[in-house]
Amino acid sequence: MAGVGSACLFAGLLTALYAAAASLYGARSGRREVVVSGRRAIYCLAGLMVGATAVLQSAFLRSDFSYALVAEGSSTDTPTFYKATAMWATQDGSLLLWALLLSVFSSTVLFLTRRSLREIAPYATAVLAVVAGFFLLLMVGWENPFGTLASPPAEGSGLNPLLRHPAMMIHPPMLYTGYVGFAIPFAFAVGALITRNTGADWIRATRKFALVARTFLGTGIMLGALWSYTELGWGGYWAWDPVENASLMPWLFGTAFLHSIMVQEKRGMLKVWNVFLIIGTFVLALLGTFLVRSGILDSIHAFGASTIGVQFLVFIALVIVGSTALVISRLPHLRSEARLDSLLSREAFFLLNNLVLVGLCLVIFWGTFFPLISEAITGTEASVGPPWFNRLTTPLALVLALLMGIGPVVAWRRITPAGLRRALMWPVLATALVLVALLALTSSAERPLAQLMFCLVAFVLAVVVQEFWRGAAARRTISGDPWPRALSRLVARNRRRYGGYLAHAGLVVLFLGVAGSSAFLDQRDVRISPGERFTSGGYSITYLRPTATLGADRAGTGAPITLGAVLRARDKNGKTFLLRPSRNFYPTQDGSKGAIGRFFEGEATSEVDVRWGLRRDVWTAVRPDISALDGPIREANAKFGDASGDVQAVVIAAIVERYRRHAPPATFRAIVSPLVSWIWIGAGIVVLGALIAAWPSPEARLRRARSLYAARLGRDLRAEAS
Amino acid sequence: MDPSRKRKLRLVVALGAALILAGALIYTSFSASTEASTPSEVVASAEPGRSYELTGKVAKDSVKRDDDRLRFVIADRDGAGSVPVAYAGVVPDPFREGREVIVSGEMKSGTFVAERDSLVTKCPSKFTKEKTASIGG
Repeated sequence: MAGVGSACLFAGLLTALYAAAASLYGARSGRREVVVSGRRAIYCLAGLMVGATAVLQSAFLRSDFSYALVAEGSSTDTPTFYKATAMWATQDGSLLLWALLLSVFSSTVLFLTRRSLREIAPYATAVLAVVAGFFLLLMVGWENPFGTLASPPAEGSGLNPLLRHPAMMIHPPMLYTGYVGFAIPFAFAVGALITRNTGADWIRATRKFALVARTFLGTGIMLGALWSYTELGWGGYWAWDPVENASLMPWLFGTAFLHSIMVQEKRGMLKVWNVFLIIGTFVLALLGTFLVRSGILDSIHAFGASTIGVQFLVFIALVIVGSTALVISRLPHLRSEARLDSLLSREAFFLLNNLVLVGLCLVIFWGTFFPLISEAITGTEASVGPPWFNRLTTPLALVLALLMGIGPVVAWRRITPAGLRRALMWPVLATALVLVALLALTSSAERPLAQLMFCLVAFVLAVVVQEFWRGAAARRTISGDPWPRALSRLVARNRRRYGGYLAHAGLVVLFLGVAGSSAFLDQRDVRISPGERFTSGGYSITYLRPTATLGADRAGTGAPITLGAVLRARDKNGKTFLLRPSRNFYPTQDGSKGAIGRFFEGEATSEVDVRWGLRRDVWTAVRPDISALDGPIREANAKFGDASGDVQAVVIAAIVERYRRHAPPATFRAIVSPLVSWIWIGAGIVVLGALIAAWPSPEARLRRARSLYAARLGRDLRAEAS
Repeated sequence: MDPSRKRKLRLVVALGAALILAGALIYTSFSASTEASTPSEVVASAEPGRSYELTGKVAKDSVKRDDDRLRFVIADRDGAGSVPVAYAGVVPDPFREGREVIVSGEMKSGTFVAERDSLVTKCPSKFTKEKTASIGG
């Protein structure tokens, strides 16, 4: 079967090359049927990729260890859910996922635009085919996911326990959907440039793909943050790690693009800027994929680099050089159709928001690549840490929040200062009230930056509420509808606008969570015995008793041994609740640890316990000290090394029971993190807003139906005439 | 002010702002950075009070718990030199003897005193190593 998979990949590579060649030749020679054939080759490519994925996926589900990838990333005792998702935990498998998603998205967009954009679409097809061809070439040439083992092992090494978390398994496809989705607007932008159709048609045809891509990317980032918070055992959700940064950068660029294209659609301005943004977004998306894969930033720590780093770098360089040359050669066609009338205009605020987003991206880029930059300039490798990122991104985030508040109320072309005052009067009053309440009721004044952010959050929310209110009120006066109906009609008629406002509201709610949890977090690390207690963030936490279980891991990750603790937390009002953090131990295949010892000396992961709350989370993790078990384990290794599995299980049970009865002091980390839940709630609101904005509106459907009808009519007329 | 002068002024202001941002970026990053070094390098030439990012392997049988602190020895990848480390804070899940770790801190009388929570462990698996890098915060 592995042969079928490899054949799918090879056929896919040929198909992609054919699609690119046919589209280009068809467009140049004006032969429609060749263009159509090129487009159909992309559908065919999608079919081949689905086939290849099915072959690999079935190998994972059957635990066929003759596949190198399955032996590496799965095992018979891996739970089924993790078997089905283990494919993208490996490098080669994730390349296949990239190619699959790309070919499916390309087919979708080409199918939807098959009757429009006749000039641009063939070139876009060629670009998409070349990108797909690159990924296929990587797989065919260097990283074949269908590599087989001559002598398959009886058991695979299993999925890395750290990755056994539901968020982690949905996170990569989400991120990749985001990365890949940006290829679509990029391809159409290139097509528009080549054919000199630099109006807003390509934007209208692909902006929803950009919006959906950005939404998936954002969801992927948030799932990664949630995974970090609940699985990694350090209690944070963001660490400015290179890979995290790599996913945030295309998100920022893509967000800038989604805003500035509105200026091009409305006023015909910022054309060069828009193509720059979409090219930048796509390059950053490639860079994101590359960073995860190549280990280039790890190279300062000299970890084994992957085999495909150079190829990726060459491809990225080609994309940058090619696109830049294309943009420069088309500059005369990218002239603005209008000028900026006033700095107090919607377009000026869009431009400012763009500059802040791109500035943020630049800061993150600089910090992420600083090890390489510093080595190039000073000759010594050095890196910047999270404090540096926090210091530089906080002011930019504050400005961004302010712009999110003012932007929506500013009119296109210009608004008079008096008009701006009128529009902002209520939101500013509401913000002032919130500030007074904060000063009177909380101690937030200790952290001025967080307080400033709280005020800006209130300001943006007030603006959003006011916009919904005003729109609904206007509808009511015209139609006489009751409030709920007026509101839902308002949103349904202007999905993009009100979806966007909702996304603003969600993003500032997320900012609220970030500001609250980073400024007022209280973290304690203690080492205590059962019966002892400590305090954290106003909670008195008592270590009641240790726990030790076999084969009863709560999260269903398949861990044989779980050691943990029961904690009782008591808040200031005397209310108590229990927390049960634990730690899973996974066996290692390393024989030197002994038959019994291998169950304790392998990977171990924290299973944190969080008491979620709207006001604050109480987060706890435990690190049981198993060094006290060293003696019994050594003894058991010597005595029961050759015993049967059942006997060994009894011995392990006895050792684990010994831990429960005579538990040594354990290390605990407790974090009381205010408002952190609002990060996830805010992200949910952003997704809801994006969904509303991306949903096809009834008008658009009507328009499409009309244009289809017109096209058919035209064809019939032509047929009659000839 | 006539429109063309106004536009020129805007351009100058925008370029000025960009220059200030770029300057801040360059200045703060170079002044806030930590140098990456190997154990033998910090032993040989560490200046007191300077912060380093130490990379190497956790030496075999060197991990000891000393009340709230973890003590271990980090050796060069080729095993040539080594330095004792005192560390407090959270220990990442994949921390093991023989694994590659990165830790920030400074030298104090022959011991590398690590900053709280600065320990990062790299997984041996080639794909997942990137992910675990975020543990150290």
